[in-house]
Amino acid sequence: MAERLTHGKVAEDGAGYWAANVRIIVISLIIWALVSFGFGILLRPMLAGIEVGGTDLGFWFAQQGSIIVFLALIFFYAWRMNKLDREYGVEEE
Amino acid sequence: MDQFTLNLLFVGASFALYIGIAVWARAGTTSEFYAAGRGVHPVTNGMATAADWMSAASFISMAGLIAFTGYDNSTYLMGWTGGYVLLALLLAPYLRKFGKFTVSEFIGDRFYSPTARLVAVICLIVASTTYVIGQMTGVGVAFGRFLEISNTAGLLIGACVVFAYAVFGGMKGVTYTQVAQYVVLIMAYTIPAVFISLQLTGTPIPALGLFSETSVTGGEGSVYLLTKLDQIVTDLGFASYTEAHKDNLNMVLFTLSLMIGTAGLPHVIMRFFTVPKVSDARWSAGWALVFIALLYLTAPAVGAMARLNITNLMWPNGTDGDAVAVQTIETAPEYDWMQTWQKTGLLDWEDKNGDGLIQYYNDGSDAMAEKAAANGWEGNELTNFNRDILVLANPEIANLPGWVIGLVAAGGLAAALSTAAGLLLAISSAVSHDLLKGQLTPNMSEKAELMSARIAMAIAIAVATFLGLNPPGFAAQTVALAFGLAAASIFPALMMGIFSKRVNNIGAVAGMLSGLIFTLLYIFLHKGWFFVAGTNSFPDTVDGSLFGIQSTAIGAVGAVINFAVAYVVSMRTADTPQEIKDLVESVRIPAGAGGAVDH
Repeated sequence: MAERLTHGKVAEDGAGYWAANVRIIVISLIIWALVSFGFGILLRPMLAGIEVGGTDLGFWFAQQGSIIVFLALIFFYAWRMNKLDREYGVEEE
Repeated sequence: MDQFTLNLLFVGASFALYIGIAVWARAGTTSEFYAAGRGVHPVTNGMATAADWMSAASFISMAGLIAFTGYDNSTYLMGWTGGYVLLALLLAPYLRKFGKFTVSEFIGDRFYSPTARLVAVICLIVASTTYVIGQMTGVGVAFGRFLEISNTAGLLIGACVVFAYAVFGGMKGVTYTQVAQYVVLIMAYTIPAVFISLQLTGTPIPALGLFSETSVTGGEGSVYLLTKLDQIVTDLGFASYTEAHKDNLNMVLFTLSLMIGTAGLPHVIMRFFTVPKVSDARWSAGWALVFIALLYLTAPAVGAMARLNITNLMWPNGTDGDAVAVQTIETAPEYDWMQTWQKTGLLDWEDKNGDGLIQYYNDGSDAMAEKAAANGWEGNELTNFNRDILVLANPEIANLPGWVIGLVAAGGLAAALSTAAGLLLAISSAVSHDLLKGQLTPNMSEKAELMSARIAMAIAIAVATFLGLNPPGFAAQTVALAFGLAAASIFPALMMGIFSKRVNNIGAVAGMLSGLIFTLLYIFLHKGWFFVAGTNSFPDTVDGSLFGIQSTAIGAVGAVINFAVAYVVSMRTADTPQEIKDLVESVRIPAGAGGAVDH
């Protein structure tokens, strides 16, 4: 631990770790916005042709689909970040 | 055994359970009172967060709002779950790494300014108090129904119970109590929904039942439940259930407001201070959403199925046949619920044209005017149906067994109580820990701190009860205003504190104040000053509002203003000192989180 915290190398690694984290966050948030604001609201007319149980796919995304995607996103992020922590050696002991 | 006794039994038994747990795990030291010694497992923490989170708004109010509006109110579903993504990705792990007890401590330290901390405390108190008003509305409905008294009397009794309950223990008592409350409330929500889904569609999973074919179709073969619902509501002149009727701008801003607000509410964020490690904080947010999703995936089914059941009860011979007779409502057992709810003052009907039948239809619709004139109808005769009663009345509407009704009463109270308790805790810690000990009287003893925390709770609940007597909207709508306030003030400051090293003390204070003041003014201009009815300058409708944005959706705009002001002001004032840049660096990296730091 002490070795990893020597200066210089840590600053570089820290910046790389943070940049990788921000990249994962941005990708996740694009999906987050796409399923809710996109498929659920703004792009709903585009999905109107796809029927789901008496209504269309946009309705399903607005009432259920987006929630399921949100769940997947959070668990993906937790898994990916815990892996990233180990790759950069910044995990907690 | 009659229904009243059965309700008392279920409510009494569930309360005995919570109080038993609270006494067993009673908080001793200040550190235990706030954060339970950081020894809570992510799954346990997730379940407690879910109970804390799913309040009267989610449990009692939301499905009713969806039932009577349909697709447009999907915003509540997306907004109140999507916020957890923001929380998990943008805040929770970093705030846990920071390792203090409260949100305002982070803001005070990161922006190296007691003023910033003070402003954050004020923002928290404003948002949380508005939130408690919404809870008290729900508490009034739940107590009114189960004691079979008026809504007002129910509210006053409920306030006393909430207070007694919140004073009992701190977070530790509350954490394990809330696990028990989660179990009670999710069973209470799901079991009747499963019964109703089976009755209507033959599918035991309500979330799937919503998109299935219904077996109760009035003889023309099977059709999809949503198709059937669309048809009967439009027959009666109401807006169709599945189509959009609200403009995209308001839908997007409202959803965004709820999402950002979720990630800015102190009582939810505080939960992530209580897990042992940074990686646990990431998982915790996911587990919380798992337990929340169990209810949120069921809620739209509850709404749609209840709307179908109510309409069928009011039009037992189909929408082209005769409406239900007054005599039937007064004598037939399947209409008993209407009589019980009438006592609360939240449901009423009136035979306006004296034909002995109660016609339920949309008398504001032009298409219906002709039909009404032809049939001699003189207006909608189901004169009052408060949205907030739908979930609690749902098992009675579907004619389910008495024990299910008792269970729902217990669940509704659990939902309202758990959140009210969590909020009161957040308010009291803001006042005693941040305001008094942090700023005004730093030498205060632990005992005096606990005492002032309890006094703050008493004041908060008194204010909320007073305003809850004339609430600014249905429970979920009032709660949505609280989210707007949290979205506009707290979330941007937290996020900039982590993701920017450049935003400084002056910028953060200016940002929070402009976000909060803008949002609060906009809400007061549309909802009345301090929510007093009649003092509003603009009607709270899309067309009448100041910027064409409803007051419930304005928080998202407030948040943008907060970000912009903070950034511009920071760029024009001195850079942040080196130790703050180091603090931000350390918060970003999980290693070395360590235990709780008392101070």
